[in-house]
Amino acid sequence: MTVSSRATDTRTADTRAATTGPAAPGGHDTTPAPPPAPPKAGARTARRLLGLPDPAALRRMGSIGRAELTLLLRNRTALMMALIMPFFMAAATYSVSREMDLAEVGLSVGALVITGGIGMILLFVVYSNVISVYVARREERVLKRLRTGELSDGEVLAGAALPSAVLALAQCLLLVGIGTAALDIGFPEQPVTLLLGLLLGPALMVLLAAVTAAFTRTVESAQITALPLFMVSAFASGLIVPLETLPDTMADIFRFLPMTPVIELVRGGWLGTLEGTDVLRALAIALVWTGVAVFAVRRWFRWDPRA
Amino acid sequence: MNERENVIEVTGLRRRYGPAGPDGFEAVRGMDFTVRRGEVFALLGTNGAGKTSTVELLEGLAAPTDGRIRVLGHDPYRERALVRPRIGIMLQEGGFPSDLTVTETARMWAGCTTGARPVGEALEMVGLEHRAKVRVKQLSGGERRRLDLAMALVGRPEILFLDEPTTGLDPEARQRTRELVRALRAGGTTVVLTTHYLEEAETLADRLAIMRAGRIVLAGTPDEVRAAQPSRIRFTLPAGLDAGELPAGIGEVVPDPTDPRTVEVRSRSLQRDLTDLLLWARERDVELTGLDARSASLEEAFLRIAESDAGAGEAGATHAEPVGAGA
Repeated sequence: MTVSSRATDTRTADTRAATTGPAAPGGHDTTPAPPPAPPKAGARTARRLLGLPDPAALRRMGSIGRAELTLLLRNRTALMMALIMPFFMAAATYSVSREMDLAEVGLSVGALVITGGIGMILLFVVYSNVISVYVARREERVLKRLRTGELSDGEVLAGAALPSAVLALAQCLLLVGIGTAALDIGFPEQPVTLLLGLLLGPALMVLLAAVTAAFTRTVESAQITALPLFMVSAFASGLIVPLETLPDTMADIFRFLPMTPVIELVRGGWLGTLEGTDVLRALAIALVWTGVAVFAVRRWFRWDPRA
Repeated sequence: MNERENVIEVTGLRRRYGPAGPDGFEAVRGMDFTVRRGEVFALLGTNGAGKTSTVELLEGLAAPTDGRIRVLGHDPYRERALVRPRIGIMLQEGGFPSDLTVTETARMWAGCTTGARPVGEALEMVGLEHRAKVRVKQLSGGERRRLDLAMALVGRPEILFLDEPTTGLDPEARQRTRELVRALRAGGTTVVLTTHYLEEAETLADRLAIMRAGRIVLAGTPDEVRAAQPSRIRFTLPAGLDAGELPAGIGEVVPDPTDPRTVEVRSRSLQRDLTDLLLWARERDVELTGLDARSASLEEAFLRIAESDAGAGEAGATHAEPVGAGA
């Protein structure tokens, strides 16, 4: 196919469009795009060394994220759950925690409720919501369709989780603001540690949501399959009952649950109660869970509806 | 500017589902073919022949169990980042979020595509512009197929893969889709399509391959495939005559097993054999009732292959050599 004959084809098509109106399929440019130029090797290597996704990948994830945001705003039930439930649960924690002897472990009721609330946000807004998103898109064969495009598997999953993760992060920052301004918990003592917790938390929840989605057949059954992590996290990861009030052996075991290091980083980072080794241990546990979740997603995640 | 450049090269392709042995199933059992730039290549076959399994391998959605695929010079599975921006895919069963509108869906897809054409243009190409603000869940099955096709066109692909693009469309939409494929071909796009409709393959395809049980049993241009099939003469002999008295050399004579007086002649040279037969009949003053002579058709080729599938399984292996595949 020569360049000149391509130009002729296009012109013929245009002429036809003029006579048959814009709806005719021949009225559009039907020539393929020229092959893309290879990306600049230097810039690509630099990005890879820094572990950053390239701009095209960010654009693709943003596009999926935008579509998912539209869908979230149209799904009244999911939206209400995401906006109200974490705060409702935090309020419930408040009435429970007033019965506890918190002064002994150096926690105020406000600090426990607000940091526990961040955990509730991670569970309700990220974990539970993202399971439903993944299962719904899989059953609608959307994931299958998206995989035929330029997106990598990771971009599909990350893009679909983006609105939930961003909404959760905004709610967490709102809680930090409320806690600092209204509940005299004071400014975060170790803001970097707090921030690490706030970033690791949603990432880990998204991955665990993908693992759970692999074993969830329908959107309705997600309420059941999400329950184990919900219950374990709420009662054993320090969301409602601080680990410090539990017997030592129990607390030592509960430290290895997926949500515990996130809460420790958030709570300790805010109140400044974490030693350097505690921070490292929490980070290590969170990263191990992340690694396990990545492995499980690669191994078990299904892109096709069950036959 | 090599017009004979191969954009797809497949050798020894195999795809197995499940474990080796009787528990697994081999859907693709050794396929070799090439697709040249700018041509429309059709894969035909009955359900379960392995068309979709094959196309999925070409699209890079799965890795073959064995064999080699090159799409635009690359391995479509391992080098998908290099191949995907240059191809367009329409799945047989793809889906879009039911609560997005047609335009929102197209915008989502365009945002994931290099060098995307304007969303409105892609929708116009498939005649869906009047449904732009409608939610996907309110579209008819045919409209969803057309939306899927529009998405495949968004990236101005060099190669377009269409898995049964016209299944479920009404006749008008089907015609429109075929015109679109012709326009794309005229613009230089290579099209690989699977279809159930023989006349679709016959009128659209530059070359086609008929699959059975995971193999290509017949391939070539529509003319070559037709030419590989014998023409057919059918008639009923009067009482007292049997097929043994027919003139020698008029082709293969196949009496009907239920009624030996009804005869089918398979002919490689319809005009000559028919003339011989008619001259014989006039000489003997024989009336051939229900005389029917017809040239080979693609449909006949297809049905024969499907029949041999239902019957002896491997009996159709006489056609195993691709016809004119290198032409």
